[in-house]
This record gives sequence, structure tokens and C-alpha cells, in this order.
Amino acid sequence: MKIIVLVKQVPDTYGERTLDPTTGWIDRAGSDAVIDEIDERALEVALSYKDAHKGTEVVVLSMGSKAVTVGLRKGLAMGADSAVHVLDAALEGADAGWTAAAIAAALTSTGFDLVIAGNESTDGGGGVVPAMVAEHLGLAHMTFLESVDISADQVAGERATGQGTLRVHASLPAVISITENLPEARFPNFRGIMSAKKKPFRVASLGDLGIDPAVTFAGVGRSVVLQATKRPARTAGTKIVDEGNAGVELADFLVAGHLI
Amino acid sequence: MSNILALIEVSSNGDLRDSTSSLLAAAARIGSPVAVVVTTPGAGSALVERLGNLGAAQVFLAEIDQGGTLLVAPQVDALAAAVSTLAPGAILTVNSVEGRDVAARLGVRIGAGLVIDAVNLRSEGLTIVATHSVFGGAYTVESTVQGGPMIVTVREGVIEGAADAAVPVVTTVSLTSDASNSAVIDEVIDVVVASTRPGLRGATRVVSGGRGLGSQEKFSLVDQLADALGAAVGASRAAVDAGFVAQACQVGQTGVTVSPQLYVALGISGAIQHRAGMQTAKTIVAINKDADAPIFDIADFGIVGDVFTVVPQLIAAIESRGKK
Ligand SMILES: Cc1cc2nc3c(=O)[nH]c(=O)nc-3n(C[C@H](O)[C@H](O)[C@H](O)COP(=O)(O)OP(=O)(O)OC[C@H]3O[C@@H](n4cnc5c(N)ncnc54)[C@H](O)[C@@H]3O)c2cc1C
Ligand SMILES: Cc1cc2nc3c(=O)[nH]c(=O)nc-3n(C[C@H](O)[C@H](O)[C@H](O)COP(=O)(O)OP(=O)(O)OC[C@H]3O[C@@H](n4cnc5c(N)ncnc54)[C@H](O)[C@@H]3O)c2cc1C
Repeated sequence: MKIIVLVKQVPDTYGERTLDPTTGWIDRAGSDAVIDEIDERALEVALSYKDAHKGTEVVVLSMGSKAVTVGLRKGLAMGADSAVHVLDAALEGADAGWTAAAIAAALTSTGFDLVIAGNESTDGGGGVVPAMVAEHLGLAHMTFLESVDISADQVAGERATGQGTLRVHASLPAVISITENLPEARFPNFRGIMSAKKKPFRVASLGDLGIDPAVTFAGVGRSVVLQATKRPARTAGTKIVDEGNAGVELADFLVAGHLI
Repeated sequence: MSNILALIEVSSNGDLRDSTSSLLAAAARIGSPVAVVVTTPGAGSALVERLGNLGAAQVFLAEIDQGGTLLVAPQVDALAAAVSTLAPGAILTVNSVEGRDVAARLGVRIGAGLVIDAVNLRSEGLTIVATHSVFGGAYTVESTVQGGPMIVTVREGVIEGAADAAVPVVTTVSLTSDASNSAVIDEVIDVVVASTRPGLRGATRVVSGGRGLGSQEKFSLVDQLADALGAAVGASRAAVDAGFVAQACQVGQTGVTVSPQLYVALGISGAIQHRAGMQTAKTIVAINKDADAPIFDIADFGIVGDVFTVVPQLIAAIESRGKK
């Protein structure tokens, strides 16, 4: 079984995330970049299957700037067997459509039985890339899985929707995405970090993948930001220390604001 | 006015979902609303009058037998069929799990650009402009699609008002989806809402509890205050991870985003990822033992104190006012 895990590098959510006001793109210089936590969980799903099924091959794949190398190396240190980095200046500011097209082309060139992604990234947060990739590849998708059960020829799980839960399955090859209901990822150990340096690491440009943006994206709609405005930050109001009467004072505050 | 397709979500027993009215209202802001519905053969006509009352000028019924068994493929096929006959100016879905899946697959199929999680829509000449609220409301972003068709996923319940009622023109088509590239639905376990409390999404008042509540039993303090205020119950991720409360209650970056009139945070430190889900609330109240907790930086009324003494007193004060 060959499992490819899609990992996206995102600004660390513990820092303040900023947008460039003219392009509306994430200001990546403004914050530390890390592999999205949800994608580490996706990698954990693949690695725990590999632990139980020797002979499983796990590949981490990312599209992004040069800085993504660090995140892919971490994936290798955690236990992935090889990495693929889609790197091309034409992809700067890519929307979900371009991203999915580039990832799908890279997947086709790599070959796979199962693709595992996060349900939504913590920066763009669109939650659409995995299903877009599946449509490009003409495969079934199951997104937002809260549990995953992989067998030799199919994948099954429970999918959370706003209204309830669906039990679903699909034959392999397929594309799935998982939620943070799945376990946290393991940490890389020393041996993993050392061996990561020797593992195969492929860098592919759009040309290598057979994509010429001027041809591939002719007539395809592209999402563009017209304007990004920062809201004024919230400021602190009244703060009191409870000296035995704070519950009553809070009730008075709520009454004054017509909130009760 | 150009046709605006709106994919209507239908529950497993064939009812219109609550999101219908707001999605048709969104469509009416930018054109003439066309409700696109997947139904089992013959079942759709029962929905037409209600869709008209909610503002659909046209109803496009796609009769597909596999609606309950194939994941999302019938909805994608229905919209693709409607796109080819009605030449729409834009296509709208709800920004739900299902709505985003449909938007994603349809977008690739017809070469459309995707605008995700819009909180408002307007026309500027021939351009449709969407507004988003990103990073928990820290930025307001306007976007559009250039060079091809436009698909918009609309945040649930934020577009208020209703479209004018109409007597819809009905088109019925019958379709069969390709089962070979779709996942299969084995079972639908629709959540039974046992609670009489308001739902979290779209609630006007929310009371949330964090790790500071200490245990699942003691988390009932949050429920009690929520009931006294007629509020929905929320939680931090730490409270969810500790098993105090169901994951559906999680507020924050990877949980639900709320924007109520009143948000009360009990025993929540105010991590940046939590704030991302609640900082656009009109009024924020926080009770925390730690005077330096970051939640106080954004609270309109903060109490440095123990939730187990302050909250019972608050509930008593609310109840005694109610009696007067
Ligand atoms: C605030 C903001 C708003 C945006 N709004 C839009 C919009 O409305 N329409 C639009 O088209 N684009 C939008 N974008 C751009 C979009 O974020 C990027 O195109 C991004 O590369 C893909 O979308 P996502 O982050 O939403 O991914 P999601 O669909 O949320 O990602 C889900 C999963 O897909 C995989 N994945 C996603 N991207 C990559 C990658 N580069 N490499 C490897 N795996 C990946 C990961 O496993 C990830 O967990 C927005 C970006 C920002 C910052
Ligand atoms: C990628 C990512 C996504 C995340 N998404 C989310 C998300 O969606 N939502 C979310 O909430 N978090 C999220 N987090 C986690 C977030 O970083 C914090 O860990 C979490 O919000 C902390 O929850 P808490 O405030 O309940 O717990 P803590 O930070 O432990 O705070 C508990 C607070 O309770 C106070 N306290 C204790 N006892 C009492 C008492 N008796 N009376 C009054 N106060 C008391 C303490 O002073 C403390 O401030 C995410 C993290 C990551 C990395």
C-alpha cells in the first residue's frame, strides 16, 4: 500500500497571523511557519497503518515555497519514507483551484493507493482542496472523517456533518480528509531525524508535472482578493477582582446593557 | 437579472434544511434565485411551494435515485445539469461540509473559481463581490472570481432577511450519477437534538466553559448559567479534549465561530485559537482566577475570581430579578 499524505505549511497559530493588505495573501514573513497540526494528524493515520502493516510506503507531499523543505524533513523524521515538494514561482498566491491542480498532477506522477489530507487548513481554511484533487483524479473522496478504517482494497469511516454523522466507504484508490478527532501525531525521535537526511526528496516544478499555467488554466475562474482591511483590535473594558459581590455586579452590568 | 443557482440541502427524511431561507436571500441579493434540489423521483413537487415562499423564482428538481446512497455525486451532477441549461451568473452552496464538497468537485468540473465562506454578497456592475471575515474577524476581505464561472460557499445563517415570495417556474430532470468515482453512504445517523437549548451556530447568547471547570460533573455549572440566560453552551478545546463536553461545542479556530450579542467565558484562558472563534461577539464577559489571563484583554467585563463562587451568585441574582 502506498499512502500519500498532503501537508501544508502554515503560519504558527500561536502567533498573530497577518494579511498583506494589497494582495490579501498571508504575510508569511510575519510569522513562523510550521506543518499544519491537522496534517500531522493525517500523517499519524498513515504511520500507524504502516506500523501495523509492514511494506506500507508513506510519502509526504507539499506545494509551497522553499521554506516547505523544513516541514517535509520533519515528516520524514516522523517516519515517512520519501517526500515530494512542488515548487514553482508561478504558484505564488495560488488559489484553491491552482493548488488542487498542481497537487493532483504531482500525485499522478508519484502513484498511490490512498491520499490522506487534513479537513481544513488553519490559514486558508477552505476545506476544499482534497475534494478538488479527487475530482481531478476521477476518484471518490470522503472528507471530514472522524474515524478511519483502512483495509487492503477500501477505506471506511464516519464523517461528521453539521446535521449528524454518516458512515461511508470507498474503494481504493481514494482521497480522504480527517478532522482533529483523530489522534495527535508522534514526535520525531533522534534516529528518525538522522535517517531523514538520507531519504528520497523530490522537487518538482510545474513544467516537470506537465502543467503550463497559460494553457492549463485558460478559461478557468480564479479567486482574487480585491481588498483586505484589518479590523480595529478589541480593547479591554472593566476588570474587577471578586471581593464577595462580583456575581451581583455582573448581573447589574448585564441589566444595564439590556442583556438580561 | 442573471440566474443565481442555490443548492438547497435536504435532510435524510426529505425536509428542507434551516439554511434554505438564508441561502435564497443571499441569491436574491445578486440576481434571480434558482433553487436546485436533489430528490427521489416524485418527491420534489411537495417542496416547490415552500421554496417559492422563501424566494425561489425557479426550482430545478433533479430526480436521482442515488441521492441517499452516493456521497455528494448526485448534488454535483444536479448543479452541473442546471449550469448547462440555465447559464447562471453564480452558483451558491452552504458553507457546510456537504456544500463545500459539492463546490469543490463542481468547481473543477466546470472550471470555476471558488469563493469560500462568504458572509455577504453584492453586485457592482457585472462583478459579484463577496465579503469574508477571516482569522476570527481580525480582517474583512473582499474577493471575486475573474476569468471564468464563480462558485460561492455562504456561511450558514449570517445573511439575514428573506427574499420576496414567488410562484416558481419548475424544471424537472432525471439523472443517474456515475457510482464509480463516488464514496458510498452506508448509514445516516442524524443527530437527534435532545436539548431544548439553542444551537451554538447563530446563537445570540453563548456561555462557554474551559479547563478551569475541572471535571465533566462540574461542567454542569456552565449548563446552569446557560439555562438561566437562555444561552447556547460552548467550550474550549482543552475542555473538549478532557472529555467535559462534546466536540460539537468547541468554539475557536478549529471549532465553531460564533458572533453572539453576549459571550461568557468561564475558566478559559483566552488562547489565540479560542479567541479566533468568538472575538466578534458584541459583549464579552470573562471570569477567571488568573488576573493575567489573556481573555481579559478582550473582555468588556472581566472578573478575577473563582467560577464556583461567582457563577452561583450570578445565577441567584438573575433568578431573583426574574421574580420581581
Ligand atoms: C484568509 C484566506 C482566505 C482564502 N480564501 C480563498 C478563497 O475564497 N478561494 C480560494 O480559491 N482560495 C482562497 N485562499 C487561498 C487558499 O488558502 C490557498 O489556495 C491554499 O493553497 C489552499 O486552500 P486552503 O488552505 O483553504 O486548503 P484546505 O482545503 O483548507 O486544505 C485542506 C487540506 O488540503 C491539503 N492542502 C491544502 N493546501 C496544500 C498545499 N499547498 N500543499 C499540500 N497540501 C495542501 C492539506 O492536507 C490540508 O489540510 C485563501 C487564503 C487565505 C489565507
Ligand atoms: C492548531 C490548533 C488549533 C486549536 N483550536 C482551538 C479551538 O478551536 N478552540 C480552543 O478553545 N482552543 C484551540 N486550541 C487550543 C488552545 O491553544 C488552548 O490550548 C485552549 O484554548 C486552552 O483551553 P482553556 O482556556 O480551557 O485551558 P487553559 O489554557 O488551561 O485555561 C484554563 C483557565 O481556567 C482558569 N481557571 C482554573 N480554575 C478556575 C476557577 N475555579 N475559576 C476561574 N478560573 C479558573 C485558569 O486560570 C486558566 O486561565 C488550538 C490549538 C492549536 C495548536
